[in-house]
Amino acid sequence: MSADGDAPTSVGLSSPRIDGAEKAGGKAKYADDLSAPDMLYGAIATSPIPAGRILGYDLSEARAVPGVVAVLTAEDLPQRRVGSFVKDETTLARGRVRYVGEPVAAVAAETREAAELAAQLVLVDYEETPAVCSLDEALAADAPRVHPEQADYARQGDAAAEGNVFWSAEIVEGDPDAAWAECDVVVEEVYETPAQYHAYMEPCSALVEPDLGGRFTVRSAAQSIFYLQGRISEELDLPMARIRCVAPRIGGGFGGKNGVNVQPIAVALARVAERPVKITLSRSQDIEMLRSRHPARIRMKTGAKADGTLVAREAELWFDAGAYVDESPAVMSFGLLCSRGPYRCPNVRVRGHAVYTNKLKAGSFRGFGNPQATFASESQLDALARRLGLDGLALRRRNAMAPGDHWLGGQRVDACAMRECLDALEARMAAEVPALPPPEEGWARGVGVSGLSHISGLMGTSAAVNLRSDGTVALSTGVVDIGQGSDTVLPQICAEALRLPPEAVAYAAQDTDSSPYNWKTAASRITYTAGRAVMQATVEMRQRILEHAAELLECGVGDLELAPGGAVRIAGSDRSVSFREVAARAFNRIGGPIMGQHAFAFDGPRFDPKRAAMSNFAFDNLGVYVFGAVGLVADVDRETGKIVVQKVWSAHDIGRAVNPQSAEGQVQGAVVQGLGYALLEELIWEDGRLANPSFMDYKIPDGLDAPAAITPILVEDAPEETGPFGAKGVGEAGIVGVAPALANAVADAVGVRLTRIPMTSERVLDAIEGRASEAPASRTA
Amino acid sequence: MTAELDEDALVPLRVTVNGRAQALACGGGETLLTLLRERLGLTGAKRGCNQGLCGACTVLLDGQPVRACLTVAATCADRRVETAEGLLRGARLSPVQQALVDGGAVQCGFCTPGMTMALTALLRAEPRPDAARVREALSGHLCRCTGYVKIVEAALAAAEAQAQKGADGAAAGDADARAEGAAP
Repeated sequence: MSADGDAPTSVGLSSPRIDGAEKAGGKAKYADDLSAPDMLYGAIATSPIPAGRILGYDLSEARAVPGVVAVLTAEDLPQRRVGSFVKDETTLARGRVRYVGEPVAAVAAETREAAELAAQLVLVDYEETPAVCSLDEALAADAPRVHPEQADYARQGDAAAEGNVFWSAEIVEGDPDAAWAECDVVVEEVYETPAQYHAYMEPCSALVEPDLGGRFTVRSAAQSIFYLQGRISEELDLPMARIRCVAPRIGGGFGGKNGVNVQPIAVALARVAERPVKITLSRSQDIEMLRSRHPARIRMKTGAKADGTLVAREAELWFDAGAYVDESPAVMSFGLLCSRGPYRCPNVRVRGHAVYTNKLKAGSFRGFGNPQATFASESQLDALARRLGLDGLALRRRNAMAPGDHWLGGQRVDACAMRECLDALEARMAAEVPALPPPEEGWARGVGVSGLSHISGLMGTSAAVNLRSDGTVALSTGVVDIGQGSDTVLPQICAEALRLPPEAVAYAAQDTDSSPYNWKTAASRITYTAGRAVMQATVEMRQRILEHAAELLECGVGDLELAPGGAVRIAGSDRSVSFREVAARAFNRIGGPIMGQHAFAFDGPRFDPKRAAMSNFAFDNLGVYVFGAVGLVADVDRETGKIVVQKVWSAHDIGRAVNPQSAEGQVQGAVVQGLGYALLEELIWEDGRLANPSFMDYKIPDGLDAPAAITPILVEDAPEETGPFGAKGVGEAGIVGVAPALANAVADAVGVRLTRIPMTSERVLDAIEGRASEAPASRTA
Repeated sequence: MTAELDEDALVPLRVTVNGRAQALACGGGETLLTLLRERLGLTGAKRGCNQGLCGACTVLLDGQPVRACLTVAATCADRRVETAEGLLRGARLSPVQQALVDGGAVQCGFCTPGMTMALTALLRAEPRPDAARVREALSGHLCRCTGYVKIVEAALAAAEAQAQKGADGAAAGDADARAEGAAP
């Protein structure tokens, strides 16, 4: 891209986060750090029962609490159901409640204490109805329906709903029925994965300020300002022109702030109260009210030749979606799409079902259905390798996808460094595993690996850039930085395209009033999709800069090149003009800055329905694929079943690391989140109620639980031709293979395979001692 | 009701916050976290769980890290409170804060001020901790973004930089280095 061979000015440099100082200095403002004059506090009354009819409300005691200004129920809100795939949800429960923690009423009061007290005093007359709190209960022949009204809901597609199953989909390639006869070995197993809580450190929060013109400004913990604006508009029947969403700093999301949380309720309260309202959830309410990763059960069968060549794969996935559809069709469909993994296998049949239960919603969560599918797939490959007496990495390398191969569903994959990742992982582990100190007495050591893959892409985005009168650059996108680093990385891409240092690019805060559109901070898409939009907008502006410079220098545009630091020169000469001179000319000639803008939706290869029979799929287009491999060393205490992970290596086909330090941080964080999933984390329901909605009882890894050594390996061997400077995403991939790598390490250490996570000490010990382990995730009386 | 009224009644409180003596009034049951965030507008300490389990609200009370969400404000009378904002010298970050930024240890940043305070206390007490000591000092501080690796590395880098600066500062008689390295 650069006009001469000089070193990069920005891309590939580990620039410190541009928001780092204000965050470390305690000055960064997250939603709950904000307040407004005359502000009220909001609180939410929630359902105490998993299923029931709402027969009536008595709000008199709540209204009588001193300081209470407004109390709302569904009766005060527009009579509409909303949802992206199935319109089954209301802002506050209407007619029925479907899980413990579901918002039923909302209060605004002068103080937080008054609001919380009043919320507790909202009296709802419920008629409790039978609940289904697990897949087994929901799928039973005579199971009570979570949504008896289901047939009346507006929905996308014709994915047949049956009982509590609201979405089923299938992909078939080759001839899986005939293929089993060709296999020398077949393994089959059922795998189970838990409900994981996102545990972003910032509980969900929103500050809504109404103005006298009927507009609402919303500052909240959300992964998209534009999705949020649209959803508030739909839920509350307000035109988007009257809703302005602004991104404050966001304290992590991981998918959990992908949909709306408390914002529509806060807007509804502010509308009635005609004053600013802030709602900040307590940690327990955040856990009970919002979303988890889908608990899943996966039956999977794989057949191979004696040399390890994969022949056939069958899988059936059941995803427990909780009480509302939310993004479940997409999550489950993506899980299906990942059920073959990054391997060649000619004969495949995978089916998936998303199922209503009377639990909190399962939604998007880093990996988006893929960690569940990959836990099954990579555990099964390991079992297959052991049956065949083959090395796990060798079996994966034998079957690994290569450039030009097709993903399940028929999409062609152009850039793919799967084999390079396996090689890089193997090399590092060969050098470093033997150097680890030996395990303690009584502990058995195991080594486990897993392949991994994910997408980077999905949906639309855009960017705008202009050259200010002093020759510096102003960049604007609608991308919300939830902590992953886009506020740093997107300006780096812009700067490199202009041969500027990163600090020469000023990056605008995100605001629906002024930012170019972006869908969401999700799907590992920002560096790739928004990065492409930034790149193209910048290239467009650069072309105009060159045109102005050509007139100033009285030469052809083709004679010009960019010089580092903000100048244009005639190639091979010392005649140049600065960006400042070019900008000054533009302000005189065109009355304002030189600008560039670009909007983008993924335009690469698509699914191939001729190749793969796909039914009821939730997407018609995705993005580019990323690949990788993870390996780890774990010690298992034979006496107690305790697992200690000693070291992790995680190799990623990143195309090009725009900011290597930031990319490493994404990988390390994802690995530890994955170890939490594999070892510790599981939401537990008892009688339909969450038994562990706090950090006391729902443990996530702290610095002592996390391994001291996590080595990211950024593989840049396969630049993505369509990506900005070859880059593609890395946000989610790091979590995908962690749980199976650990299960494989445990199998290596103690010779037993756990097919259910988290691998608690109790479950490991039961497995070692040959007991059928069952501490079920969902218990009913 | 009487107990509630007493809880609501404001009591005078003299406390030094970030080096500045303050004469305030607070509720009887009010926590230090609420006092800092809502009465003083010091929002660096975060409310991550309000149960003393996540560490995001950690501040220093007479130099010792405490969970502000579990500390009753009235018990802070005539004591010194330091928050992440108090470590700044104008717009200049403290060595620990700078090391966290430079080391890529700040992602979403919500846990960072609490981590900063725990690490500041550690380095004042133990200028050259090893990685295991750093992890011990951070136990109970939850971070969901970083996997902790870069936080620990940054703490060690801060200790190194501080030792370097201490050595240089001692030679040059640099009072600033001492001021940052030791409790005021």
